[in-house]
Amino acid sequence: MSTATARVPSLPEAAQAAPALPGLAAETRRQRRLAYWQAMPLGLVFLAFFLVPLALTLIVSFWEYNEYEIIPAFTLQNYADVFEGCLSGADLCTTFRTYLSTLKFCLLGWAATLTVGFTVAYFVAFHVRSTAMQTVLFLICTIPFWTSNVIRMIAWIPLLGRNGLVNDTLMGLGVTKAPIEGLLYSDFSVVLAFIHLDTVFMIVPIFNSMMRIDRSLIEAATDAGATPWQTLWNVIVPLCKPGIAIGSIFVLTLIMGDFVTVGVMGGQQIASVGKVIQVQMSYLQFPAAAANAVVLLGAVMVLIGALTRLIDLRREL
Amino acid sequence: MTETKTPRLSRRTLLQGAGAAAGLAAGSGVVTGFPAIIAAEPVTLRYLGTAVNQSGDIARKVKEDLGITIEYIPVVTDEVSKRVVTQPNSFDIVDSEYFSLKKLMPSGNLVGMDARRIKNADKITPVFTKGEVAGKTIGDQGTAPKKVFYLEGQNSTKFASSPTEWITLIPTTYNADTLGIRPDLIKRPISSWKELLNPEFKGKASILNIPSIGIMDAAMVVEATGDYTYPDKGNMTRPEIDRTMKVLIEAKRAGQFRAFWQDFNESVNLMASGETVIQSMWSPAVTKVRSQGVACTYQPLKEGYRAWASGFGLPKTLTGKKLDAAYDFINWFLSGWAGAYLNRQGYYSAVLETAKAQMEPYEWAFWMEGKPAEKDIKAPDGTVMEKAGAVRDGGSFEQRMGAVACWNSVMDENTYMVRKWNEFIAA
Repeated sequence: MSTATARVPSLPEAAQAAPALPGLAAETRRQRRLAYWQAMPLGLVFLAFFLVPLALTLIVSFWEYNEYEIIPAFTLQNYADVFEGCLSGADLCTTFRTYLSTLKFCLLGWAATLTVGFTVAYFVAFHVRSTAMQTVLFLICTIPFWTSNVIRMIAWIPLLGRNGLVNDTLMGLGVTKAPIEGLLYSDFSVVLAFIHLDTVFMIVPIFNSMMRIDRSLIEAATDAGATPWQTLWNVIVPLCKPGIAIGSIFVLTLIMGDFVTVGVMGGQQIASVGKVIQVQMSYLQFPAAAANAVVLLGAVMVLIGALTRLIDLRREL
Repeated sequence: MTETKTPRLSRRTLLQGAGAAAGLAAGSGVVTGFPAIIAAEPVTLRYLGTAVNQSGDIARKVKEDLGITIEYIPVVTDEVSKRVVTQPNSFDIVDSEYFSLKKLMPSGNLVGMDARRIKNADKITPVFTKGEVAGKTIGDQGTAPKKVFYLEGQNSTKFASSPTEWITLIPTTYNADTLGIRPDLIKRPISSWKELLNPEFKGKASILNIPSIGIMDAAMVVEATGDYTYPDKGNMTRPEIDRTMKVLIEAKRAGQFRAFWQDFNESVNLMASGETVIQSMWSPAVTKVRSQGVACTYQPLKEGYRAWASGFGLPKTLTGKKLDAAYDFINWFLSGWAGAYLNRQGYYSAVLETAKAQMEPYEWAFWMEGKPAEKDIKAPDGTVMEKAGAVRDGGSFEQRMGAVACWNSVMDENTYMVRKWNEFIAA
């Protein structure tokens, strides 16, 4: 801006345009200021509730602590503790083991929610003809959100338990002789809960992408002799990529940071990074918890970075 | 007079005046002997603690007897210590476990309580003051209350080794914990802690997911198997922590545990639904399972009990009328009604004789003397807890508290222990 206004008087050949230029520049300046003003409330909210806490977490992760206080200092001990034994290589260290378990649930949860979410979205978007019905079905998908997460999880326990409904039914029908123990407090029950809790975050963006697909493209594919499967794979799936990517980011970040679902459905026997942080917080080991949080943040960012490498979200949107 | 003056006062001078008045009140709070005129102006005490002791009945009775309004702030055990250390102004009285004191007192946020202002201070059971039951010394491994009961001075952060007039916490409740079992599913007598990790109960055992307590239960098992005898289960060295965790990790990998529990209701559900048949448990949880018509025994074991105790502490910032009210409330708490109320739930109260006066003789005989119930034993809300003829698991107060082996604690190697516990969960 300043260079433009400085240049104007020094260029005599532009004298004719000169009367218009300052006005234009002032107008752009005003517009720009306005844009900053408009972005400011959100910017301030981000600053106060996102950047400042994040910076504090980062700072505290380098502090020392004892039983009852945290001491400003600069130490890498907390990070050393996080990765204790990780370099010896003989046995997997706690942190790697925990992340591996979390990654496993990410993968299982992601694959399951994607399959279910895509199928549901596909059905509602392409097989249901009337818009009214689509809206109704779409709203039905959100019904689970009317109750709390924890209640939705706990509701599974009487169903899956050793003497639960499922085992009783199976034994009553003579399908199994003894109750299936693995139904509850196992990887299975954790993934089941993730599907129940997180599928909606997959359905919504995928459904949104599908609704934006020009129907004539599908007609064209059919006219060109594509089978329904070919249409699905070569037309619909590529066009749904942004929806799939957004849904995946939602689901993956939810699972990465979760410790309640893994705790309740895994009988507190399955490790999760969130749980490690919670235990440390409850013993007032804030710097150790902060170091773990920073490492978790890094891991999630790497994951999201890899995802956006696969799909250029900005271009697709 | 102030009323006519107020309009001419600026906000600043008014605040100064208020500050001075508060200062005056603070001064009067330290000088004892002023009768607290509580009925004139209602006082509210914010009571921080776990939900265990925070009963609506007690709050109602206090309001009735003293006119003090009790405002409960129910949080979990760990959160109590966190609040005391990080937000000492957010409560007026705290009900904390004794083992937390090792981290609470150095923070300087709690103040020693003046024993002279506690009417029944000298009647508090010797479990706390001397570590004795009926003249017999009981186990003091871990953070036994007698180790942290007295302070060297009112504002001292050091625990005194001999009685002083400054008390850290005035006991509210305490109990001796052991394993809960399902006798109908186990079908044989259980007499030792080692049964917790007996492969016979593979996939049907559980422990608490509270590291400092869970590891002590594991230590009881290790000692019971004769593998190792700890100098102090409540304050292990690093090699001892490693050894104990190794036992736990092996059991976990072998599928011994069905689940770990974190709160009261989880433990009740695990036991009542038959997911577990043997687990560490709290006394009222056993009662609750039984009240659902499911057989459950709070099994006394030959190695003894792991005990815990909690009590009232006062924040340093408490002054004036609120401080007086807090002392009044504590005095009321020790005067019998509350003690009887807690005894009837299977806990023990601090001053036994005042509680006894408030209980029916048959209730006292059942809960405290280990005698068969003459009549149906009812909970404070009137539901039948035990039928006539029943005997309390573990027997009398002297038998149960007398067999305490160790106390819930915070170890010196706490940080290391927590790290190892996370390793155990990840194993």
